[in-house]
Amino acid sequence: MSREKLLEKYSAKVYKNRKDHVLQLELEEAEGIPAIAANTRTVPGVMSARGCCYAGCKGVVVGPLKDVCVITHGPIGCGFYSWGTRRNKARTDEHTEKNFVPYCFSTDMQESDIVFGGEKKLETAIDEAMALFDPACVMICSTCPIGLIGDDVQAVARRVEEKYGITAIGYACEGYKGVSQSGGHHIANNGIMRNVIGTGDEQPKTRFSVNILGEYNIGGDGWEEERILKRCGIEVVNLFTGDASYAALKNAHLAGLNLVMCHRSINYIAEMMKTKYGIDWIKVNFIGFGATCKTLRDIARYFNDPELTARVEEVIADELAEIHDEIEYYKLQLAGKTAGIFSGGSRSHHYQVLLEELGMHTVIAGYEFAHRDDYEGREVIPFIKDDADSKNIESITVAPDEAFFREVYSEEEIEALRSGPDGVEINAYDGMMRHMERGDVVVDDYNHFETDALIETMKPDIFFSGIKDKYSIQKAGVTSRQIHSYDYSGPYSGFRGAVNFARDVRMALYTNAWSLVTPPWRHEPLLVGTIGGGQ
Amino acid sequence: MLDLTPKEVMERKALRINPCKTCQPVGALYAALGVRNCMPHSHGSQGCCSYHRSVLSRHFKEPAIAASSSFTEGASVFGGRSNIVTSARNIFDIYNPDIIAVHTTCLSETIGDDLGSYIMDMDVPEGKVVVHTNTPSYVGSHINGFFNMMMGFMNYLTRKEGTPNGKTAVFPGWVNPGDIRELKRIAALMRVPTTFFPDPSGVMDAPMTGRYEMYPEGGTTVDEIRGLGDSEHLIALGEITCIEPAELLKKKWKVDFDLLPLPVGVAYTDQYVMALRRRSMVEVPAQLEMERGQLVDLMLDSHSYTYRRKVAIFGDPDVVIGLTALVLEMGMLPKYVITGTPKEDFARKVRALFELYGVEDCVAKANADLFELHQWIKNEPVDLLIGSSYGKQIARAEDIPFIRAGFPVLDRYGGPLLPIVGYSGSIHLVERITHTLMDRIDRDCADEDLEVVM
Repeated sequence: MSREKLLEKYSAKVYKNRKDHVLQLELEEAEGIPAIAANTRTVPGVMSARGCCYAGCKGVVVGPLKDVCVITHGPIGCGFYSWGTRRNKARTDEHTEKNFVPYCFSTDMQESDIVFGGEKKLETAIDEAMALFDPACVMICSTCPIGLIGDDVQAVARRVEEKYGITAIGYACEGYKGVSQSGGHHIANNGIMRNVIGTGDEQPKTRFSVNILGEYNIGGDGWEEERILKRCGIEVVNLFTGDASYAALKNAHLAGLNLVMCHRSINYIAEMMKTKYGIDWIKVNFIGFGATCKTLRDIARYFNDPELTARVEEVIADELAEIHDEIEYYKLQLAGKTAGIFSGGSRSHHYQVLLEELGMHTVIAGYEFAHRDDYEGREVIPFIKDDADSKNIESITVAPDEAFFREVYSEEEIEALRSGPDGVEINAYDGMMRHMERGDVVVDDYNHFETDALIETMKPDIFFSGIKDKYSIQKAGVTSRQIHSYDYSGPYSGFRGAVNFARDVRMALYTNAWSLVTPPWRHEPLLVGTIGGGQ
Repeated sequence: MLDLTPKEVMERKALRINPCKTCQPVGALYAALGVRNCMPHSHGSQGCCSYHRSVLSRHFKEPAIAASSSFTEGASVFGGRSNIVTSARNIFDIYNPDIIAVHTTCLSETIGDDLGSYIMDMDVPEGKVVVHTNTPSYVGSHINGFFNMMMGFMNYLTRKEGTPNGKTAVFPGWVNPGDIRELKRIAALMRVPTTFFPDPSGVMDAPMTGRYEMYPEGGTTVDEIRGLGDSEHLIALGEITCIEPAELLKKKWKVDFDLLPLPVGVAYTDQYVMALRRRSMVEVPAQLEMERGQLVDLMLDSHSYTYRRKVAIFGDPDVVIGLTALVLEMGMLPKYVITGTPKEDFARKVRALFELYGVEDCVAKANADLFELHQWIKNEPVDLLIGSSYGKQIARAEDIPFIRAGFPVLDRYGGPLLPIVGYSGSIHLVERITHTLMDRIDRDCADEDLEVVM
């Protein structure tokens, strides 16, 4: 069994930790979903792929806000590494004239700032940003030293708000907080919920309006989703936070429904908006043409309007017809191939669906920073025990908003929507493992050694992971594509995105240079002779 | 693109915009990858390690291994001793390197972790080594981290047996593997036995074989680093990157050194060749003299397309100084020459080059950023921009031809395999610069002016 082979190489201590993070599924109806250890400390030295709290806050959630001047408070590195490296595409729109996404702002702290404190430099930096750019919103993201030297970025933000009459938010997202990027997502969610959502009053223009939460517009995914939804007559109020703006996020609470793509990074806002504004959320998946059909039908079921339902069916028929021939071609090429996927906290589930639609099977799936609910489904949440590291990440509670709280469905109606084989995952997420099969391996907080060993034992045809693994996997002879950046391709969402993805997978598997790896002299001996006088 | 950058330059004291440098630890990590069977180790939050591995992989298109102490809030309060001890044990256990090279981060520096004593108390397996260096991210730049890691290795490992080992040590500074291969080729042509330190060639340009080797056949070996103290002499390339390690080797083991600019262009390559010639006392072989002649021939042939054309150059100090020397040899005007690394010596050296070639109205500045460079360009444009991938934003905004050189180049392939040093590396550069300028003429001219022969 691959799992045993993998774990037996560890020392007793590492084994004791890692054995609960690595599962080989024996899913049978009766046994249910197994428990996995997740969102716990990384073992030092194992070469985990994880990043830090700052990366989750600034890099993932806050960085893409295009009309916000996001200032990294700290030494230069953190700001530099999160500059233009994530493909959260953005362009100006009717809400925004300014696009800060191509820029990197940092206080570039020096030794004297560490010794004497950096608040003053931060305030001067914000004064300079105001003079140069006059942004409507400033966000400050803290790096490791900030909390240690006692700089209070939230106090600075309050002073900036008073001085300039703008919105300023300080995030205490020091890299050491929590156990991964995940803590940073939570901190960012809190800041946006507290200070941005609910402060605007621009009503959606149409009857059917949605926010797409956890859509970072990598490779333009969000725009492709928006295109399809628009055809159906559904208005996208906000993409959260790919191509998002402070100006439009203020109105997020006025949308009719929240769609959740990346459950891990944004479920906090989805839940808080449900509590505060009564807005339901549904777990959607635009990765895969079949998945997109289901998502569109779910939305139509939620809004329960015959005209919308008919329109959605028309769009589905039309879009499917458009991609039919190409998808059939790629299916022929890809059928029976196996894959491994290691991603952050959502894509390993999303992409399994699309691969399956193309006739492939995912035999290894893992996450860097997912929680148990992302693997096992949200019903496990009450049973998750918070450890000291999770408790260090603030959890905020919200109360129903007197002016805006409205619920569309009663609890019984929600239950009805949820049930049945075509049930809508409303205010719920069933997790990744339910979609996997017996024998498949699931890895939490995967590391270099495990990646290497699993590839060797399970020999998938293609492996989807990040830049840190890409080249070691490829050097081992397995084609590898980055599932964070799409290797600069995309969009991969929706109908046309599925074709792009299938094209790229086929290209990766069959690219000509794979046949050139072994030189001819490895097969042909230099000396040819005869033995014992024979032929 | 960069639509919010105003033309009017406002002095900034606190806000860094679009930096032209990054932090120390990534330099330490790259230096450690140039050592055989070495696991670089970041002592701090795991995000640092993740970011550094990513940027190195994106530049070299190769795996960049490194492990982390994975600090949590608890470790940040109580110190990272148990993290590094656990980490080292696990690394030797799982990944089995010969040596672990630890560098610090702003986190472990701020809390004052004493790595020297942690390592001293560590249970290191027989025949294995753990070394460290201090790389506070809030001092200097990635260039400091690179030379600090070099010194970390040297402080722990070098010794003097007393018998000179007949080798000339070469510190190549922060360059690509392709550059190191060229520098080695020149040394071999000059018949000088060398030890290159560090040496990422073979590691960060490893071939595709169908087998993944975590520690490829490349890098300076631990024994070679130990033997640096017995070197006959040291040639240190890159006056800013290598001065401190060169002085350390001299101080510790009395190894004399030539501190030379990175050999880009004719004159700086001449200096390298002359230094090698003094070591081996053999005449420069015909092969090298021919390459030099080809380079000068190419510069003369193409000079009418480069003469007095304005160029802005940004990047790491020694690479930028080399590039500046080359473009001056080509008759160009290095209008703006900047580095983000805060080393004032850089500006002095570049200004000395301006004086040497009698060019006026050119600016050299250390501790500068790309926002400022862009504003200067808006006020007085240039014909060409040379630097890292981040230059593409300015190039697009101002419609300037752009050549990638230095670190990091994240958006092109093959660069790290090709040298920019030596006569032959300079031939590549002259070819690229000239073609880029000429392509622009072809793009912009009227139909009747399109020349088939140029």
